Amino acid sequence: MNVRSTALCSLFLRRVLRAGAELVAVSLLVFAVTTIAPGDPFSDVRLEQQVSADTIAALRRAEGLDRPFLVRYAQWLRSAAHGDLGRSIAYRSPIAPLVARRAVNSLTLVAAALVVTWALVLPLGVWTAARDRATDGRIVASGASALIAVPDLLIAIALVVVAARSGLLPTGGLRTAGAADQAGVAALVDRVRHSLLPVLALTLIAGPPLFRHVRASMLDALRAPYLLAAAARGIPYRRRLWRLALRAAANPLVSLFGLSFAALFSASMMVEVVMSWPGLGPLLLDAVRTRDEQLIAAGVMLATLLLIVGNGCADVLLRSVDPRISM
Amino acid sequence: MTRLLGPAIGVAAVYALVLAAPFVAPYDPTTQHRDRPLAPPTRVHVIDRDGRLHPRPFVYAEDISGATHAYPLRFFARSSDDSAVGRGSRHLFGVDAPAEVFVFGTDTLGRDQLSRLLYGGRISLGVGLLATALALGAGLVLGCIAGFVGGWTDAAVMAASDVFMALPWLYLLLALRAALPLDVAPARALASIVIVIGIAGWARPARLVRGVVLSVRGRDFVAAASASGASPARVLRSHVAPEVFSVALTQASILIPQYTLAEITLSFFGIGIGEPTPSWGSMMGVMLRQELTLAHWWLAAPAAALIGVSLLYHATADALQRRSLAVGVSR
Repeated sequence: MNVRSTALCSLFLRRVLRAGAELVAVSLLVFAVTTIAPGDPFSDVRLEQQVSADTIAALRRAEGLDRPFLVRYAQWLRSAAHGDLGRSIAYRSPIAPLVARRAVNSLTLVAAALVVTWALVLPLGVWTAARDRATDGRIVASGASALIAVPDLLIAIALVVVAARSGLLPTGGLRTAGAADQAGVAALVDRVRHSLLPVLALTLIAGPPLFRHVRASMLDALRAPYLLAAAARGIPYRRRLWRLALRAAANPLVSLFGLSFAALFSASMMVEVVMSWPGLGPLLLDAVRTRDEQLIAAGVMLATLLLIVGNGCADVLLRSVDPRISM
Repeated sequence: MTRLLGPAIGVAAVYALVLAAPFVAPYDPTTQHRDRPLAPPTRVHVIDRDGRLHPRPFVYAEDISGATHAYPLRFFARSSDDSAVGRGSRHLFGVDAPAEVFVFGTDTLGRDQLSRLLYGGRISLGVGLLATALALGAGLVLGCIAGFVGGWTDAAVMAASDVFMALPWLYLLLALRAALPLDVAPARALASIVIVIGIAGWARPARLVRGVVLSVRGRDFVAAASASGASPARVLRSHVAPEVFSVALTQASILIPQYTLAEITLSFFGIGIGEPTPSWGSMMGVMLRQELTLAHWWLAAPAAALIGVSLLYHATADALQRRSLAVGVSR
């Protein structure tokens, strides 16, 4: 084993330990917060005259709501470690499969948006940086900075309104009702059509700030003296731009990748709610409304876990790709 | 400086407008004109049907008999509003009953959209301001302590901020929101939203302030000041505070629109300030539900207002950043 792979292993190990510590801390915070919450899922039941106080007490005991905080936290941690996240009181079902299904939906959306955003932002940033003196490059650049100022929520709402008015794209859900019966390709097309709008919204939300960074980083790289030297040696323009300058500009962008994942993940929550995408977002919102504390804890924990794992993976991967970044 | 002046005046004007809501708004934001749901903006005329010019703008309305009359706008007049809140107060403008003047139309329940926009702006912009004060205040105190004391204190504060920053922003907001009661009176709901956003947001300013404190402490002139006997309080006052203040100001211009949007998003989700109290968020909820079936463009007023406010803040933050950069270079 050489020095580099040892360093990578130790980086990986440190990352895992850090992520674990962060998760435990987050879980304690989330659990504490949901316990402070006034009322419980049986608050509404209490208003009914026919239900006696004893019945409610029995119900609370059955769900384990009467035990002290640390006992419940320890219990929750133990079962979470076994893959059992408890039971949702509102949905009357185990939380783990419920949350897992939603998390997969959220993750596919974020992953698709991540790919689309970078695929769009990178060439656009390079192009506008190269055409910094020209009108077309300037127009695209100022359009992007105008988009930064438009609040996320409004972008999502505007897209829904436009899609609904034009009837071009479905505005909500994962698939058309009954589409599951269709043949493989038709079902897939239906699925893609449904995800177009949320992916577009996420791209428009997360894209402009990234674009600005790519462009700024490219502008810096293009000013470097070695590019002038490369030009003097007769290296063609395209090669200079896409091979030399981009590679130099990529270094600061590497750290942005994880940040873009976090931004997309958070924005995805709102987009999911606005476009009724059955991801973690709407589930969590319902959980807050119905005071389903176990579900809130599980949803937030899972979102954090996904974010930490995603960030960590991106970090380790990109560091192993680029030998210049110190570990 | 000129870059900063324009946007700053714009922002101040918006706050002045919503602060003066009880005077500027012609109606109470919760009064329902039941016979006029989703009324389009009232047309204000200066030239009547016979082609005569009127010095005082007027609106047309039908009286009880069904005949159409012109009703002049009254400026600085006492309210004709029947609600307990609005009775007898002076307003910027209004018309005598039975005429009504809805500058931005009415919503689904026949409530004046302009009045709701102004009162809702008080809530949404006010929450943004208060939450920023809370988050920035906590960030300043904790960041300064962490930067100055160092050691275990620093490590603890940074670890705590790590936890808060590990959570995705909206998920964090929702988790914290779950800790506070949902169905409460407007004043308490307002307080809980401010607390939720403030607590969710303390980590980033705290880290920033700590960084500034550390970098200032490392400079030669600060070391020289300490060496020549300046007390820590003096170092804090004359060397650290100015730097921190400039960073905090720029940070505020970034955080205020972000937290305003946070309130709007929470109210849009239905877990912010509940009806009938207006907020730009809940108004946008009405807009989205209605716009999907019918074109009622005036319902988009809060969206337009929000875009305007964020553009103003964007320009302000931009100018502040440029200025602090310029100051940094010239030093």
